[in-house]
Amino acid sequence: MFRVQFHREWLSMMRSRDEVLNPLVFLFLAVTLFAMGFGGDAKVLGEFSPGIVWVLVLLANLLSLEAMFRRDFEDGSLEQMVLLADPQFLPVLAKITAQWCVTGFAMTLLAPVVALMLNMPVSALPTLMVCLLLGTPALSLVGAVGAALTVGLRRGGVLLALLVLPLYLPVLIFGVSAVVDVMAGIDTVAQIYWLAAISMLAVTAAPFAVVAAIRISVEQT
Amino acid sequence: MFWCDALSEPLLTASGLACTRDRLSLFQDLNLTLHPGQCIEVHGPNGSGTSTLLRALAGLFPDFDGEVQASPALYLGHKPAINALLTPVENLRWYCRMGGSDADVAAALARVGLDHRLTSPCAELSQGQQRRVSLARLLVCERPLWLLDEPLTALDIDGHRVVHDIVVEHCASGGAVLCATHQSLGWQDATILRLG
Repeated sequence: MFRVQFHREWLSMMRSRDEVLNPLVFLFLAVTLFAMGFGGDAKVLGEFSPGIVWVLVLLANLLSLEAMFRRDFEDGSLEQMVLLADPQFLPVLAKITAQWCVTGFAMTLLAPVVALMLNMPVSALPTLMVCLLLGTPALSLVGAVGAALTVGLRRGGVLLALLVLPLYLPVLIFGVSAVVDVMAGIDTVAQIYWLAAISMLAVTAAPFAVVAAIRISVEQT
Repeated sequence: MFWCDALSEPLLTASGLACTRDRLSLFQDLNLTLHPGQCIEVHGPNGSGTSTLLRALAGLFPDFDGEVQASPALYLGHKPAINALLTPVENLRWYCRMGGSDADVAAALARVGLDHRLTSPCAELSQGQQRRVSLARLLVCERPLWLLDEPLTALDIDGHRVVHDIVVEHCASGGAVLCATHQSLGWQDATILRLG
């Protein structure tokens, strides 16, 4: 059931490339603007780069969240998924995984480029990528709960941000802290373990919360 | 009070159904029994609760009083429930795999008159053709009980005939159909239930 749903999501995403590219383009453009905005002060830009990259990754992820269940909700597929899927958490997990592949994973791959544009030291890039690889699944999983809760609302975007952004803070704090520490020559294993733990917790709990949230949204229509 | 009875073991039994939405009572003390081979058409003016009744029976609307016992049901709602970015074949395959069925998708689409649009994205199909893709779901998802909400919407005369034929065949093979519709399916054996 996971494979069936993932295949469906992947086909849909490959046929609506604008939705897939939007977060990546946003990340690239915003980093470009930051680089230009800091002018010639490359040293200061480099010092701020971990925070800038993580905040932009977080916002880019948020940008793609609203569409996660929107199409299926509007065409009625979501209520069919509620009725047909058993167990329901598997297709939900597949949807989140597909969304993570085109946002979190894609941004992890793009991270070295944008980090270098922000004058981040090359030695910090592996840590940045590991942190993004471990932290972005939590962003997608936690974000999916908010997206499922707000999918039935006409203008759910603001509410989604209000719901989700506070829950992103631990990932942001540990992610930025790890890169800052590696730039200062301090060991970062603790932050990496924390990011992994947060994502593990999210992957075990969030799909069930999403299923419940989808059911609430479908039943309210 | 409404009673619709037949002889064999029922596929759907609902007793004492009552529903109020936005302080408006839609139906009260509604009793419904649907046996294999039986088709009930639910008629009623807009806002009389025909769609709400079907959603409640399908398990998509929990805010009602009464008891429902139903066999595995296939719910065909107002919305087409097809992904416009996928082709009719891809959409139906998803339904087959989710429902654990290995039905012949191409044959189902041919049955509803879409054999020439198998690989076109559903976004390129007309409203009526998209409705036909939805109807093809009935043929690939093997469920004894069908809950159909306005299945004739956007369909032409040939589409009406297709709906009539597959409903009659389903009932003849031991299935049962509860259909909310403003236009009769045209099957004389169907029982009429009026709401509102």
